[in-house]
Amino acid sequence: MVSDRSRLGFYLLLAPILLWLVVLIILPHIGLFLVSISEKIGPREYETGFDNYAVFFTEPLYWRTFARTAIMSIMTTALTLILGFPIAYYIAKLTRGRTKTTLFLMCMIPFWVSELVRTFGWMILLRETGVISNTLQYLGLVNGPIEMLYNDAAIMVGLVYTSILFMVVPLVTTLDSLDDSLIEAGYDLGGTSTSIMREIVIPHAMPGIVSGCIVVFMLSLGNYLTPILLGGKDSLWFTGMIYTQFITRFNWELGSAFGFLLLALSSLVVFLGLKFSGQSLSETMGRP
Amino acid sequence: MKYSLVSSFVVASLLTAHTAQAETLRLLTWGGYAPEEVIAKFEAETGHTVEVTTSNNEEMIAKLRATNGGGFDLAQPSQDRITSAQEEFGIYKPIDMSRVNADLFIPSMLSATAGNTTFDGDVYGLPHVWGTSGLVVNTAMAGDVQDYTDLCDASVAGKVSYRLKRPTLIGFAYSMGLDPFAAYGDADAYQGILDQVEAKLTECKPNVKTYWGGGDEIKNLLRSGEVVASMAWDTGGWQLNADNPDITFVAPEAGALGWIDTFVLPARGRADDAAYDWINFVMQPEIAAMITNTAGNFTAAVDGDAGVSADLKARYQGSFDQTAIDNIKWYPPVPAGLEALEGATLDRINAAN
Amino acid sequence: MPFFILRGCNLTHPNPDLECRDLTKDFDAFRAVDHISFDVPQGSFFSILGPSGCGKTTLLRMIAGFQSPTSGDLRIKGKSMIGVPPNKRPVSMVFQHLALFPTMNIGDNVGFGLRQRGVNKAEIKTRVEQVLDRVGLPHVSERRVDQLSGGQKQRVAIARCMVLEPDVLLLDEPLGALDLKLREHMKIELKSLQHAFNTTFVYITHDQSEALVMSDNIAVMSNGRFEQIGSPHDVYHRPDTAFVAGFVGDANKIDAKVTEVNSAMLTLATETGSEMKVEAAGTGLSVGQPAQVFLRPEAIALGALDAGAESGANTSQGTVETVFFNGANSTVTVKDGAGHLVKVAMPQTGDFATLKKGDAISTCWLPKQARCYAVSGNA
Repeated sequence: MVSDRSRLGFYLLLAPILLWLVVLIILPHIGLFLVSISEKIGPREYETGFDNYAVFFTEPLYWRTFARTAIMSIMTTALTLILGFPIAYYIAKLTRGRTKTTLFLMCMIPFWVSELVRTFGWMILLRETGVISNTLQYLGLVNGPIEMLYNDAAIMVGLVYTSILFMVVPLVTTLDSLDDSLIEAGYDLGGTSTSIMREIVIPHAMPGIVSGCIVVFMLSLGNYLTPILLGGKDSLWFTGMIYTQFITRFNWELGSAFGFLLLALSSLVVFLGLKFSGQSLSETMGRP
Repeated sequence: MKYSLVSSFVVASLLTAHTAQAETLRLLTWGGYAPEEVIAKFEAETGHTVEVTTSNNEEMIAKLRATNGGGFDLAQPSQDRITSAQEEFGIYKPIDMSRVNADLFIPSMLSATAGNTTFDGDVYGLPHVWGTSGLVVNTAMAGDVQDYTDLCDASVAGKVSYRLKRPTLIGFAYSMGLDPFAAYGDADAYQGILDQVEAKLTECKPNVKTYWGGGDEIKNLLRSGEVVASMAWDTGGWQLNADNPDITFVAPEAGALGWIDTFVLPARGRADDAAYDWINFVMQPEIAAMITNTAGNFTAAVDGDAGVSADLKARYQGSFDQTAIDNIKWYPPVPAGLEALEGATLDRINAAN
Repeated sequence: MPFFILRGCNLTHPNPDLECRDLTKDFDAFRAVDHISFDVPQGSFFSILGPSGCGKTTLLRMIAGFQSPTSGDLRIKGKSMIGVPPNKRPVSMVFQHLALFPTMNIGDNVGFGLRQRGVNKAEIKTRVEQVLDRVGLPHVSERRVDQLSGGQKQRVAIARCMVLEPDVLLLDEPLGALDLKLREHMKIELKSLQHAFNTTFVYITHDQSEALVMSDNIAVMSNGRFEQIGSPHDVYHRPDTAFVAGFVGDANKIDAKVTEVNSAMLTLATETGSEMKVEAAGTGLSVGQPAQVFLRPEAIALGALDAGAESGANTSQGTVETVFFNGANSTVTVKDGAGHLVKVAMPQTGDFATLKKGDAISTCWLPKQARCYAVSGNA
């Protein structure tokens, strides 16, 4: 009787998450998959097959964009890690109390405005008639206006800016949990700053590094606005391609196939990343 | 139980019948086509309420396709995008001409649109706002740009912008002496034209600063002087002209590309009465003038230009003399499947280095 | 006792491993360590004993190099360590919570220091095995840190330091986290390890029993100063100050006034009028001054009421208030006629095993068994 009731309670508690999973995640994906395997042969005429997936592999533009997106996302992730680690280390280990809270909050401030506004902010800074170009001219460092927008570097800047918080937060949490005495013990035993970083701090922070990297990679790979607004003529992004297929080309079939390929790609890269770093997903995500 | 169910059904249907007089019109339209003052006037006069969603051609079709033509009661895609979408997705329902006050429409436009939006013998569209796309040029800095292909001239290198969309393909084709509209029916001939345009646009790519995406983006680029010549809508040029007299819309030598935005009824719209009321309301000359003043484009309403501001008229006349008006290339309906060819061409241009 | 003094508090030992001269550390307005000087001879076990907040940790961290002194000098094997970073000092430290690296296995933990010195892999492996063997943990190199028990971790932490053959090993209350039984065991083990390695140990603790059991010398620290440096025996039986007398070991503290001074023999009276005689030379006390008398529970003898007192002993009659049975450490509190409570150690002969609350009993102690100190301004 008691166990029946507790079991009922368990299912009641489970219900929202199951509902959420099934209705908002599993069902749409099934629908999307069904769309992706229907080939259009005429107006309102479809047949089942994997032609849409074949198109992806036969058309170089698609898989090149795909590879480009993945590589740039990985570079963004690496750059975010390189920039985020010192910030996180400083916040977690070298500041106390109020300063710590303030710095943490400052990392979050950009996220109080929408992504669109943030991206427009970068456009104002980077464009030919923008703040940076004008300042450089005013200071006499350059002769004419310089264009910093509409290239891959601008995309990287935007993506790193957008995702750095998601790297800093898990890093601060794991670095916070690193006992200072471990670092002191490292020095005491003759370690240098470099060797302590390599042998003690980084191995300890590994779960945070991996979870931060996964989140940042996913965010960059799935970002739409930043590459579209900051990127130039050649800056294709795979999500933009999916949007084009769905909206401008009315080609939901190919768009869905692209969507699934993106899902597969991101899963693959995350899997390889975990393998490479010797971490397990449950360890990385289970640790706050 | 059964009785209460039946009675509540009756009450519900009575209520529905009652509110038939005052419905909510969910309007899917372009920015500027439903100004606040027009909505207020309409709501006061008819008792309907209006909910506006602004969008563009592609998104309108995508939205209606996602719901099989539901979610909205009236939409305003361009006339060339109606029959193919209807053929593919069946998202519209035919217009009941008996409920439209045809006297409010300029007869030639009404019949042209009816012709262009007929599918399986039914008419699906009524003309509303029309305009053109052509060149918006900073005449002080790029006075030589008179035609689409002039955008590829070395004198404006790095200061040019256009969209990577189908109007660009069409405009360049005309400028290159080709006739893409005539080839609409012949996929092979059209592909031949596309190949030539692709070569031209690929060659032109280094000249382009960026491919613009939204109206605000191109206006910013022109206003700041970062771009001096672009392919864009006439209204954008006229709006910029108000701020900077050097910038204006130029009807290209090969002809501006004319479009007509229409009224269509989504297949599963629920407030047809309100939709027809709205159509008959906004086509009145004085209301049409109000819309022209906010949207910047003229309407298909009879005498709709009477109440339009003198400034706008002057800008329009500055851009279009009679020859230019006669030379406007009006978009014919896009045959289904053509967009796939264009898409592939655009992709290749985008990918070219 | 004189042989203790020879090894003990001798500031001019010929070759001390560690010398501190006037070492001072200020944190803003707060002086954590106040002009401390001491030497630790080679191969000895030196404890710094004090309550928390007395500055002992700061002192240890200065020796390790994690903090730099505000003034004073610190020498190890005759070389000044001022300005030398922790990784360049010939000292190693066993941290309070051991600070074993959880991301490495035991072998890598112990080999960490050698790797930093660039010792080749094969040699590291042999030396790690050797040192683990010496601490009694052979064949654990491949295990993870969390697979060891508390005592084993302790030994690994010591091995990790000892493999580097430091001149001085610093230990920061490493036994604090262990349970009582293990702690007792580790005390003996630490001492024997120190003996086996023959390395100078500097051990800080707030636990007097740890200090008393293991040390060759103890410095009792309070408010940034050393109250006394001496052998455990000295510190226990001949505390220099009231603080030491109160902090080290158990003691009855009696407030009294001096009523008579007869060379080394003082007569004192408490407020309630009970008199006592205390033999204390060089206290500088004069008649009428307030003083504190410290009396160890084990210095007091219990007797039957009519037991003939030894001549010159302080005796008083009282009743048993409470009996605390704790095996060999059993005590009894006796309330004397004036209402003072006195803690008395139960003789281990079992003579008074039947003692219970309310029994009438007499207490007796010799004047030389108590210590007497002037009540100074800051005491």
